[in-house]
Amino acid sequence: MFEILDKKILAPNIKWIRVHAPLVARSAHAGQFIVLRLHERGERIPLTLFKWSKEEGSIELVFQEVGKTTYELGSYDPGDKIMDIVGPLGKPTHIENYGTAVIVSGGVGAPIGYAVTKALKDAGNHVVSIIGFRSKQYVILEDEFRKVSDELLITTDDGSYVRKGFTTDVLKEYLEKGGKADYVFTVGPVIMMKLIAKITKEYGIKTDASLNPIMVDGTGMCGACRVTVGGEIKFACVDGPDFDAHQVDFDELMSRLVEYRPEEKIALDRYVKGVR
Amino acid sequence: MARQIKKKRVPVPEQDPKERIHNFNEVALGYTWELATEEASRCIQCPVNFAPCIKGCPVNVNIPGFIKKILEKDVKGALEIIHKTNALPGITGRVCPQEEQCEMNCVMGKLGDRINIGKLERFVADEARKMGIHPEVTMAPKNGKKVAIVGSGPAGLTAAADLVKMGYDVTVFEALHDLGGVLIYGIPEFRLPKDIVRYEVEYLKSIGVKFEKNVVIGKTYTLYELLEDYDAVFLGTGAGTPKFLNLPGVNLKGIYSANEFLTRINLMKAYKFPEYDTPIKKGKRLAVIGAGNVAMDAARSALRVGYEEVYILYRRTREYMTAREEEIAHAEEEGVKFMFLVSPVGFVGDADGNVRVVRLIMNELGEPDESGRRKPVPIPGTEFGLEVDAVVFAIGQKPNKVLYQEVPELKVTRWGTLVVDEKYRTTMRGVFAGGDAVRGESTVVLAMGDGKKAAKAIDEYIKTGEWPEEIKPQSF
Repeated sequence: MFEILDKKILAPNIKWIRVHAPLVARSAHAGQFIVLRLHERGERIPLTLFKWSKEEGSIELVFQEVGKTTYELGSYDPGDKIMDIVGPLGKPTHIENYGTAVIVSGGVGAPIGYAVTKALKDAGNHVVSIIGFRSKQYVILEDEFRKVSDELLITTDDGSYVRKGFTTDVLKEYLEKGGKADYVFTVGPVIMMKLIAKITKEYGIKTDASLNPIMVDGTGMCGACRVTVGGEIKFACVDGPDFDAHQVDFDELMSRLVEYRPEEKIALDRYVKGVR
Repeated sequence: MARQIKKKRVPVPEQDPKERIHNFNEVALGYTWELATEEASRCIQCPVNFAPCIKGCPVNVNIPGFIKKILEKDVKGALEIIHKTNALPGITGRVCPQEEQCEMNCVMGKLGDRINIGKLERFVADEARKMGIHPEVTMAPKNGKKVAIVGSGPAGLTAAADLVKMGYDVTVFEALHDLGGVLIYGIPEFRLPKDIVRYEVEYLKSIGVKFEKNVVIGKTYTLYELLEDYDAVFLGTGAGTPKFLNLPGVNLKGIYSANEFLTRINLMKAYKFPEYDTPIKKGKRLAVIGAGNVAMDAARSALRVGYEEVYILYRRTREYMTAREEEIAHAEEEGVKFMFLVSPVGFVGDADGNVRVVRLIMNELGEPDESGRRKPVPIPGTEFGLEVDAVVFAIGQKPNKVLYQEVPELKVTRWGTLVVDEKYRTTMRGVFAGGDAVRGESTVVLAMGDGKKAAKAIDEYIKTGEWPEEIKPQSF
């Protein structure tokens, strides 16, 4: 059992928790994720690793309440226990000193974006973080990003904070103005990653995208997370989650992500009505 | 002494096919005392050094010996005879392909039906469980040496059982949240109730085997770290990575690997959704590609989650199907439809990306291939479509590479299986492997046999410290 040590609400329906998981903490790297199962009847869901501490034996997760499992996890308080956590899973993000690295994160992609930004910064890169949110109330992790970024560009879809526009607009403007980018890392909504990849392809910038498909075991066993990369079938859980963004079939990923929408609705409605 | 030969095998009571396709309860209900005694009395008790059944068993269970004990109503005696070489009789009695092993050369086969050894073994295990009887085991004194077992499937559990009895401190690491490997995630409840797997695991715990769940070796700990803490490591990591055919539309929604389909159902209990959180796609018609045991498991599970029409699509003909006769018969009784000499060439989806049609082409059988089976050759111009709501790929699995992708010392074959020698030694000192990780896809009992032999080799290695300069690959 994995005890929740601490919890904060970062934005509407977006929560931060710190969990006792020493085995994950001891070998975690930026870009990796865990799979958790809340209880005996729970499903297995992947969540990305935001921070971890070997010394304290804890990991930090940021998640958005969208389905039954994330709502239920959001209802857990410090002292409550998660039945199963396995990880760290997936290959760590490839970190090297590229020169200038631009990290584009959208919404709840921000926790991974932060971990990767920090790792790239530690590796000696000049890091430019572009983070985008729906509106002011959904802005998360701003202070964390500021601490590890040489430049921080924030945008909101509706312009309620800093500026109006999508991360794609910010990246485009940055590059058009002659901003340097030897490497781009992107994580967030699939449509955003697809459009970011389109821009960087035009500029010929090496770009990795961190993918978030549906997973069951998370260890290469089921193939639920399969994605098409460069015409080949890859399993995001073991071959990724990072892939060359210029090779990923994002449309297929978008389609596969909503496979269980009807079932997710049934489960959530049932949960909201208090059926256990 | 004139002895009456009873030619006919005593039938095993089974759930009615019409009933059972609506539940996940075990299909074969097992022998009662009366039936078991009747079947046991058919055995002509070949001498142990001759009995072909013992020779045919990969772990050489003394079959006439335990059958005699059934006649003597001595469950404990029967269990102890089996346990000398097989720690998991409740499992092997259910899932072993007895017809091609112990039962194949049964002398009774020349006079009538062969003895139903599998069901008698299961009877002993089930009666012992009901009566709370455990075998008397002799435990060697603790020797202070540690062995790590990676994977809690049949190979790992068997190796763990033997090593703990030899006095080793044994820890089994499992990536999933439940113990048993393929016995838990792969083989359906209606063929192998999970309570039986749990019972066998609990028994191993009671004799001192330690288990750590939610640990992925290669991620949570590296193999190098294990070798620092343990005197030897056994890799029983199975063949868990599913194969797909890279055909147009293969990633449409509703197309599953058998592993995913079965894992959702068996491990995650998707058939109880929404009481359990994991869903599975439901619909009217489902097609399974492949004709092995896993394909039968997927097809029969599909009926039970509510598919009305389930097809097995196979590229060769009936006689080439690799599934056990019993599984094929059960699938047929339950209404699974078989389509032979067809190969998928692609999938067509609707506007939302859900699979709607499997495109198939007809085959004819050509020359035998390297496996000796006649090769399916597509007949041009015979393409047609089969409307479906879901598809399951059951065309095989290969070993999961997570563990060794960052361990260059471990050599693998071109099929992705680990290279080992006749003593199950890998190309890395102190690391042994067995089961599907070295065989590709095989059976529970062969994996157990490997676990057993590897345990012996591990004991020998730890005692002598001997390791060959070069590993001479053993083929399986």
